[in-house]
Amino acid sequence: MKNRLLGTLTGLATVFAALGTANAQDATLTIESWRNDDLAIWQEKIIPAFEAKNPGIKVKFTPSAPAEYNAVLNSKLEAGSAGDLITCRPFDASLALYDKGYLASLKDLDGIGNFSDVAKSAWITDDGENPFCVPMASVIHGFIYNADAFEEIGIEVPTTVDEFFAALDKIKEDGNYIPMAMGTNDQWEAATMGYNNIGPNYWKGEEGRLALIEGTQKLTDDGWVAPYAQLAKWKDYLGDGYEAQTYPDSQNLFTLGRAAVYPAGSWEITGFNTNADFKMGAFIPPVQNAGDECYISDHTDIGIGMNAKTENPEAAKTFLNWVASPEFAAIYANSLPGFFPLSSEPVKLEDPLAQEFISWRDKCNSTIRSTYQILSRGEPNLENETWNASVAVIKGTETPEAAGERLQKGLASWYKPQQ
Amino acid sequence: MANSEIPKPAIRWHIAVFLAPAVLVYTAIMIIPLFGTLQLAMYKVVEGESLFVGLENFQKLFGDERWSASFWNALANNTWFFVVHMLVQNPIGILLAALLSSPKLRMAGFYRTSIFIPTILSFVIVGFTWKLILSPLWGIAPDLLGSIGLKSLYTPWLGKEEYALTTLALVSVWQFVGIPMMLIYAALLSIPDEILEAAECDGVTGMAQFWKVKLPLILPSIGIISILTFVGNFNAFDLIYTTQGALAGPDFSTDLLGTFMFRTFFGFQLQLGDPNMGSAIASAMFVIILIGVSIYLFGIQTRLRRYQF
Repeated sequence: MKNRLLGTLTGLATVFAALGTANAQDATLTIESWRNDDLAIWQEKIIPAFEAKNPGIKVKFTPSAPAEYNAVLNSKLEAGSAGDLITCRPFDASLALYDKGYLASLKDLDGIGNFSDVAKSAWITDDGENPFCVPMASVIHGFIYNADAFEEIGIEVPTTVDEFFAALDKIKEDGNYIPMAMGTNDQWEAATMGYNNIGPNYWKGEEGRLALIEGTQKLTDDGWVAPYAQLAKWKDYLGDGYEAQTYPDSQNLFTLGRAAVYPAGSWEITGFNTNADFKMGAFIPPVQNAGDECYISDHTDIGIGMNAKTENPEAAKTFLNWVASPEFAAIYANSLPGFFPLSSEPVKLEDPLAQEFISWRDKCNSTIRSTYQILSRGEPNLENETWNASVAVIKGTETPEAAGERLQKGLASWYKPQQ
Repeated sequence: MANSEIPKPAIRWHIAVFLAPAVLVYTAIMIIPLFGTLQLAMYKVVEGESLFVGLENFQKLFGDERWSASFWNALANNTWFFVVHMLVQNPIGILLAALLSSPKLRMAGFYRTSIFIPTILSFVIVGFTWKLILSPLWGIAPDLLGSIGLKSLYTPWLGKEEYALTTLALVSVWQFVGIPMMLIYAALLSIPDEILEAAECDGVTGMAQFWKVKLPLILPSIGIISILTFVGNFNAFDLIYTTQGALAGPDFSTDLLGTFMFRTFFGFQLQLGDPNMGSAIASAMFVIILIGVSIYLFGIQTRLRRYQF
C-alpha cells in the first residue's frame, strides 16, 4: 500500500517536472486585472485569438477583486511578485506606479501610435513624453431603462430634468416598479453613477473640469453644487431601504424587472443582456432646458501596461502591440459591449444597447470624471470625499451647499491653484 | 567529608525541554512579529527608502486632524461595541447557564448545543446570513415583522448611521453568547452539592440562593469572561469586514480599530496601503488592550475572593 502510494507520488512528480520544463521553453505572460467579471471572455475569446497568432507565448489572466485591486497590485509590485502585464487604472493611480519605476515606458512601442492624444491622456506623464499604458477602453455614463415598463406605464424617454422627474413621479404613482435602482451602501455607486453621471451637464464637461484644475472655478460654484441638489431629490425615488442596498442589489433589482430606471455605466451592458429578459433602452443624462447642449462622461477607464521588471519584455511588447491593433479592439468591444475601444480606427459594434451609448459621442460633448486627473493626488483624496458627499446628500444628512463647501475646503488644503 | 557525599542537585534539563516547544513557537509567531510591528511603526517610506522617524507616525496619528478624527471615531465605536457585549452578551450568557444548570430543565443538552453552534461558525457565514436576513430587498426581517403587524418598526438597520454599529454588535452577541454560557455553566456545575444543601438547610433557596451563594462563587469566571470579551472586541474585525467592507459604512459609523488598521495597512479601493501608519495603529491597539488587561489583572483579579471547597 505504502509502496503504491510512493509510486504514484513519484509518477506525479515526474509528470509535473515534465510540464515545468515544457512551459519554461515558452514565454508565459501573466495579466493582473480587476475585471474578474471578464474572466470567461479573456479565457475563451481574447487569449485564444492571441495565442493562435503568436505560438510560443502563453497568456494567463489572473484578476483580483475590484475593491482590493489597487492595494493588492501595489503590494505585489513592491514584493516583486506581480504579473508581466498590468491592467492600468486611469490617471494618478497608474502614474504613481510609473513614477516609482514599476511600469515601463511605452514610448517606443509601435502600437501606441494608433491612439489619439485624448485616449492616451489617462496614461502619460505630465510632460506628455512617456506613455506607460496602452489604452483599452472607455466607459460612458447614462441611464438604462426598462423599455417594457416605460411602455406599460406610458412614458416617453425624458430629455430634460423636468421630464426626468415627471417620468419618475409617474412610475412611482403607478406603483408596480421602483422608480430608480440605486443604493448608498457601497458609496462609490452614488458618486460614480450619480454625481459624475449627471454632473457634466452642469459644469459643462471639459470646460468646468479644466477650470477646476486651473483654479478658476471652485467646488462651491453653482455648476458643481447643482448636481448635488439634483441628487438630493433622487432620495424619494429610490427603493425602500436604499441605505442598505449594495451595488449587486441594485443590479439585481433592475434585471429582475423590479425597477424601471438604472443610473448606469456602460460596463453594465454585458451583465444586463445576460440577466434581464425584458427590452432595455438607454438615455443621455437629462439636460436642464430643452435644446441645451449635452455633456456625457466618456471616461477612459482601462489600459494595460508592462511591468518594468518582467522577465519576458519582448513577449509582453508583442502582446501590447496586439492590444493596440484593430483586431483586438473588435474582439474586445464586441465580447464586452459597453467597453468602448479607444483606438482611432472605427470598430463596428453589434449590440444595440452599446450602439445607443456610443452614438452619444456624436451628439454630445465628451468629458471624463471630474475628480480623476490631478485632483485626487493629495490628502484628502477628492474622489473619496465625493463618494462620501454624494451619499450624505442623497440621505439628506448634508445640504448640497455644505457638501460643496466641505469638498472645497479639503481640496484647497493641499492643492495650490485652489488656495 | 560527609557534605561532599551529598550529590549536587542536578540541573533539571527536562523543565527546559518541556518548555522549549511552547517558548519557541510563541516567540516565533507572537513575540517577534509584535516587536516587528513596533519597529515598523517607527519607520516611514520616503522616496522608496525606509527611514527611521521615531514617533512621527504616532504624532501624525494623534496630532493630524484627519487621522486623529478617524482614530477617535474607531475607538469610540469600539468602546460601544464592547459595552453592548458586556451589557447584553454576558448577562444573557449567565442567565442561560443558570437555566441550563437547573435540574428540572428537560433537553438541556439540545439547548446547550444549539446555542453554542453559532460560535463555531465562520464569521463570513454569520455576516452574510445576517446581512441577508436584514436586507430590505431580499431579507425575511421586513416580512417577519410585517406578519405580526410591526412592519413600521423595520428600517434598513445596516444602512443607517445610528443603528448599524449596534445591530452588528448584537449579531456578534448572537454568535458568541455560547462562550460565556459554557464557561459559567461549567463553573456552576463545579459548585459542590454540599454547599447548596447547606444553603437550603439555612433556608436560602430559589433566587436568593443564586444571588447569595452561586453568584459569588462564579465571580472569578465572570471576570475571565469580561477580559476575554474585552480582548476579543478590541481585536474585532472580521464581522465588520464581511458585512460592511473595509470602508466600514455607512460613513465610517461601524469603523472599529481593526478595520481602521486593515484599511490603513493594506489599503482599500482608492486608498493605498501604508504599512508604517498601519503598524502605528496596531501598536496603539496593543497598548489599549495592554492597559485594559493590566487594569483587570492588578485592579480586579487580585481583589476577587476565592473559595476553596
